[in-house]
Amino acid sequence: MCDTCGCSTEGGAVLRKPGQSDYHVHVNEGDHDHAHAHEEQQSHDHGHHHEGTSRKVVLEQDVLQKNNLLAERNRGYFEARKIFALNFLSSPGSGKTSLLEKIIPALQPRFPVAVIEGDQQTTNDAERIQALGVPVIQINTGSGCHLDALMVNRAVKELELQDNSLLCIENVGNLVCPALFDLGEALKVVIISVTEGDDKPLKYPTMFHEADICILNKIDLLPYVEFDARKCRENAMQVNHHLEWFELSAKTGEGLAALQEWVERKLLQH
Amino acid sequence: MHEMSIALSIVEAVDAKARQEGARKVSGIELLVGKLAGIEAESLKFCFSAAAKGTLAEDAILVIEEPEGTGECGECGTRFPVNFYYAECPGCRSLRITIVSGEEFLIQSMTIEEEGE
Ligand SMILES: Nc1nc2c(ncn2[C@@H]2O[C@H](COP(=O)(O)OP(=O)(O)OP(=O)(O)O)[C@@H](O)[C@H]2O)c(=O)[nH]1
Ligand SMILES: [Mg+2]
Ligand SMILES: [Zn+2]
Ligand SMILES: [Zn+2]
Ligand SMILES: [Zn+2]
Ligand SMILES: [Zn+2]
Repeated sequence: MCDTCGCSTEGGAVLRKPGQSDYHVHVNEGDHDHAHAHEEQQSHDHGHHHEGTSRKVVLEQDVLQKNNLLAERNRGYFEARKIFALNFLSSPGSGKTSLLEKIIPALQPRFPVAVIEGDQQTTNDAERIQALGVPVIQINTGSGCHLDALMVNRAVKELELQDNSLLCIENVGNLVCPALFDLGEALKVVIISVTEGDDKPLKYPTMFHEADICILNKIDLLPYVEFDARKCRENAMQVNHHLEWFELSAKTGEGLAALQEWVERKLLQH
Repeated sequence: MHEMSIALSIVEAVDAKARQEGARKVSGIELLVGKLAGIEAESLKFCFSAAAKGTLAEDAILVIEEPEGTGECGECGTRFPVNFYYAECPGCRSLRITIVSGEEFLIQSMTIEEEGE
């Protein structure tokens, strides 16, 4: 049961806004029509007894079809309004929110920015973003370990997005399943930090294979850790030779200008 | 554990289709899960039984076919097995490889039980 409103939704995602403790919206499927109740309704009213028969039904249906269709709808909406959506992905703590805190103030003078924050619990990250003065909404996935297209679809309805703007979506910290769930973003940005292993791209190849941009963060710590940035880049390229590669520190701001320039160029082309 | 939410989408899709077809229950489901699809087949099977509780697919047997990964070299056209870790062309050592199979993730078919007439 939901603590806030006492409704019976279990484990579903909830939208929240920082500083507004009375605001929360459940992400449910409005058209939830797989009625379990129907099971008994198929009344067995013909009075003769007989053997059941079995039959093969071909589906050839993508397992993620439902998510993919909704993601395409999100994508169409973003394209129509010239909203450039980026999906930020990383292990917990690689610096997704820190990077947003650094790059948004740099981009904001030229482009409107809005943010969707995904975490299992808390509005901490949304509060950090709200301090920058940009529209933000928090999705709490509860037990869920990734954002999906439905959550983003609902979150977008709660955000007042402007045309020709940048939408940053910070996914739940997890390098595994967010790779499988298209949200409708234009590009996927995967972040890895130098306190992780330089073989991470090989250990989580699906994520690096799906990404368009890879950012190596926390390079200010390179002198203190055993991390081979060149090796890491090689590993990442081996998994995905189309990757755009950036190295930066969200703490000191080193290397940020190149990323900023690149995002601005994309925003103009978009 | 993302296999759980995936198991739920499979059950949902199968259950909906089975109702459409007027099935009494679903006795089997065939999935195609490529080795590169990022899905752990064993873990998916494990989650499936929990996900299917109370649906037409409750007693369904899950059969998972797992096609191997195949890459094609963008330089010389060679096709060879890949698993991402060694996505380098054995012919010309190029890294410009396109995956041509192994990323499948499909519900291929299901077997439904219906009332005979
Ligand atoms: N030294 C250093 N620390 C950093 C850098 N970027 C982030 N951090 C620190 O790393 C920690 C995690 O950063 P976050 O930005 O919260 O990471 P995140 O990826 O948003 O984390 P989750 O949302 O929990 O997945 C914080 O203590 C940051 O201060 C960096 O470039 N250098
Ligand atoms: Mg964060
Ligand atoms: Zn509630
Ligand atoms: Zn239901
Ligand atoms: Zn997940
Ligand atoms: Zn070759």
